[in-house]
Amino acid sequence: MADLRIDLAGIKSPNPFWLASAPPTNSGYQVQRAFEAGWGGAVWKTLGEPILNVSSRFAAVSYNGQRVAGFNNIELITDRPLEVNLQEIYETKKRFPNHAIIVSLMVEPKQEKWHEIVKKVEDVGVDGLELNFGCPHGMAERGMGSASGQVPELVEKQTYWVKEVARTPVIVKLTPNITDITVTAEAATRGGADAISMINTINSLAGVDLDTWNTVPHVGGKGAHGGYCGPAVKPIALNMVAECARNPSINVPISGIGGISNWQDAAEFMLMGATGVQVCTAAMHHGFSIVEDMIDGLNNYLDDKGIASVMDLVGRTVPRYSDWGNLDLNYKIVAEINNDVCINCNKCHIACEDTSHQCIDLYTESGRPMLKVREQDCVGCNLCSIVCPVDGAITMVERKSAIAPMTWNERQSLISNLAK
Amino acid sequence: MDSMTSQLQRNFVELTNRMTKNEALEEANRCLYCYDAPCIKACPTSIQIPNFIKKIASGNMKGSATTILEANPIGASCARVCPTEELCEGACVLNASTKPIKIGHLQRYATDWAMESDAQLFSKGQSNGQKVAIIGAGPAGLSAARDLSRFGYSVTIYEAESKAGGLGSYGIVSFRLPNEVVDWEVEQIAKLGVDIKTNTTVGIDISAEAILEQYDSVILAVGMGAVPNLRIEGEELAGVHDAIEFVKQTKMGALTKDLVGKRVAVIGAGNTAIDGATCAVRLGAENVKILYRRTQKEMTAYKFEYEFAKQDGVEFNWLTAPQKIIGDEAGQVVGIECVKMKLGEVGADGRQRPEVVEGSNFIIKVDAVIKAIGQTRFVSLIEAFGLKHTDGVVDIDETTMQTPNKKVFACGDVVFGNGQGEAMVVTAAQQGKDAAQMIHNRLKKPSELA
Repeated sequence: MADLRIDLAGIKSPNPFWLASAPPTNSGYQVQRAFEAGWGGAVWKTLGEPILNVSSRFAAVSYNGQRVAGFNNIELITDRPLEVNLQEIYETKKRFPNHAIIVSLMVEPKQEKWHEIVKKVEDVGVDGLELNFGCPHGMAERGMGSASGQVPELVEKQTYWVKEVARTPVIVKLTPNITDITVTAEAATRGGADAISMINTINSLAGVDLDTWNTVPHVGGKGAHGGYCGPAVKPIALNMVAECARNPSINVPISGIGGISNWQDAAEFMLMGATGVQVCTAAMHHGFSIVEDMIDGLNNYLDDKGIASVMDLVGRTVPRYSDWGNLDLNYKIVAEINNDVCINCNKCHIACEDTSHQCIDLYTESGRPMLKVREQDCVGCNLCSIVCPVDGAITMVERKSAIAPMTWNERQSLISNLAK
Repeated sequence: MDSMTSQLQRNFVELTNRMTKNEALEEANRCLYCYDAPCIKACPTSIQIPNFIKKIASGNMKGSATTILEANPIGASCARVCPTEELCEGACVLNASTKPIKIGHLQRYATDWAMESDAQLFSKGQSNGQKVAIIGAGPAGLSAARDLSRFGYSVTIYEAESKAGGLGSYGIVSFRLPNEVVDWEVEQIAKLGVDIKTNTTVGIDISAEAILEQYDSVILAVGMGAVPNLRIEGEELAGVHDAIEFVKQTKMGALTKDLVGKRVAVIGAGNTAIDGATCAVRLGAENVKILYRRTQKEMTAYKFEYEFAKQDGVEFNWLTAPQKIIGDEAGQVVGIECVKMKLGEVGADGRQRPEVVEGSNFIIKVDAVIKAIGQTRFVSLIEAFGLKHTDGVVDIDETTMQTPNKKVFACGDVVFGNGQGEAMVVTAAQQGKDAAQMIHNRLKKPSELA
């Protein structure tokens, strides 16, 4: 039984699975149900000046019949009175003293507004704060959320204001709606952030109804962009986490968010540098009980790997993530097709022929259709193995290079040295 | 090995293949992960089905197998023998929209992983000093033993046969349930420290009194016995078989070649009759007829078993009752004399009573007869424990599994019948778990000891 406890910038929780600040953490009733189901922590849905919400808020993208491949929302921060939320936070913490309760906050970019809300929230007893500089819709039009989060100076300044009064760890939640997330991440650390979390949702429009020509979703015939999340955004989020994790000037823990649906996703984020993860869409799709397999699966995985504590997983793949210029130009892999397993759909052939390097030949042997890779022309792009529907039919295998490893950067420096 | 022997052996190889990884993942991801899922409620052992399926989807195979076997110690057997159309799969909400999840196949996929990985999923509980004897190492007895051992009891099982497993080892046809599966389940239970004494018949090798004296609690899980006599002429002839014994022989190694090219009549139309008939077909019989004195409507075999038998080429002769088995000079079966029946008044069991059509006698030429008209009860053993019974069905308090003797519990087929429940392997497993839980509850509340 591995130790699943985490310590993220001083915030301790019994396991790395937190519910992200979102509809699932709107009330004490919900957060308490989540803790009963096994969630290790919850980031309370963002508190701020109460707002008004619209009707029709969510939309999802199905992909080839798979529901909720991606999820889009235009719901804003909490629409419940601050006092009600604070009372419920107090009661929840009292009932679950060992679970992490982090409260998400969003106010106008004014020092006194931040001071006021931080004090109020910390007074009821929370484990940490998360500053919402990421919400891309609605609030951003009022200068908050991602409107703040896209301006490094505003991120730094507001973080600083919070840190002036905060007694609990401060996590800054970053928006992905920016060219280089490490810039705002660095700004947050300059402002004194104890941790950063990412990603918030990505600007999105889920679709258009081809009969009514309304947007999806729409509010009485009119739409506005929402925030995209769910499994579809995972690769984007994973890269942003990794870029921050490998950046030497961002030396704070990361809470990973974005499309995490099971223990495997969580383990990947942790390997890429996240100390814990936050989940929303998967819980909205299936209910809180999904955390049971997250815990059980992660525990079995760690046991299998002989890892005693989940904290030992954090960042293990970060040293293997780098710039393109540091990749070995002489490393070579090629595709190998096992005709005994192949079911002859020919998808690899046409993918290679039409869209890659024309190196998979179709031929017949004793009347049987076969496929073969011309290795000398194969660039090892992986496309054939990606489109192959059968396990074990195409394997990418390494071919030892006769030439010593050399990266682009090494090559360029060698050339410039020779020129001297 | 001659070609006939290898042909017969092929006939007894497990019929269905394990899902491939692709198939399992596709199917697992199709599961809706319902809340308050009807499949769980339809499972007599209440396996958390959506959870084990989600774990297959997430690659948590150990977790998946544990979820299944936690709820059902013989979950690998049940994956193969449960009438899933009547249980979990029949309850799947997708029946109403597309097609139900193949829960049985997924359960097999996960438990096969456990069998092959040889992972130790459960461990013996800390000893509480209590000793329990279980009579019978079938599905009920094994399930009770597994849970009691986890609770910390010292458990001894007494089994008359040479192998543990009961129905799984001797009664379920190999092409549905290969021996390796049951052997593995027994091994898991033995690994928890359960002492399984095979070749030990209670009443011969050890007395009921000695057991009652030596143990704190006793679970009677002896199942049922041989097929009763038809009470017609010719039952002693060579070529007349008891279906239970007939199936058992096919599970014990060498497959007989005596039925190759022969004509076989099976008397009865329950699931055991189907087993006898399909085994006969697989042993090379040229023609196999099921003779039943009622009609398809009254038959107790599951619909899928009936379909399966028909696909194996078994003929069904309804409203046909045997009157006499005819032998030749050498005492070998050569035919069976039958009489046509018709359905009359509705009887006490709600079914129309079959009545003889006078003068309708006719003879069917057969070389073998397999009797499958139910099973006898171990009445003398039940009485040796001083237990009350109704026609061999032990009287119990159905909520506590307790007999009037407070330290003796009973579960499995020995308590089935007379309108009490249905004799499924999975139900026996649940009753075994229940008996274990009841014994444990009683220990936890000593004040309630009688």
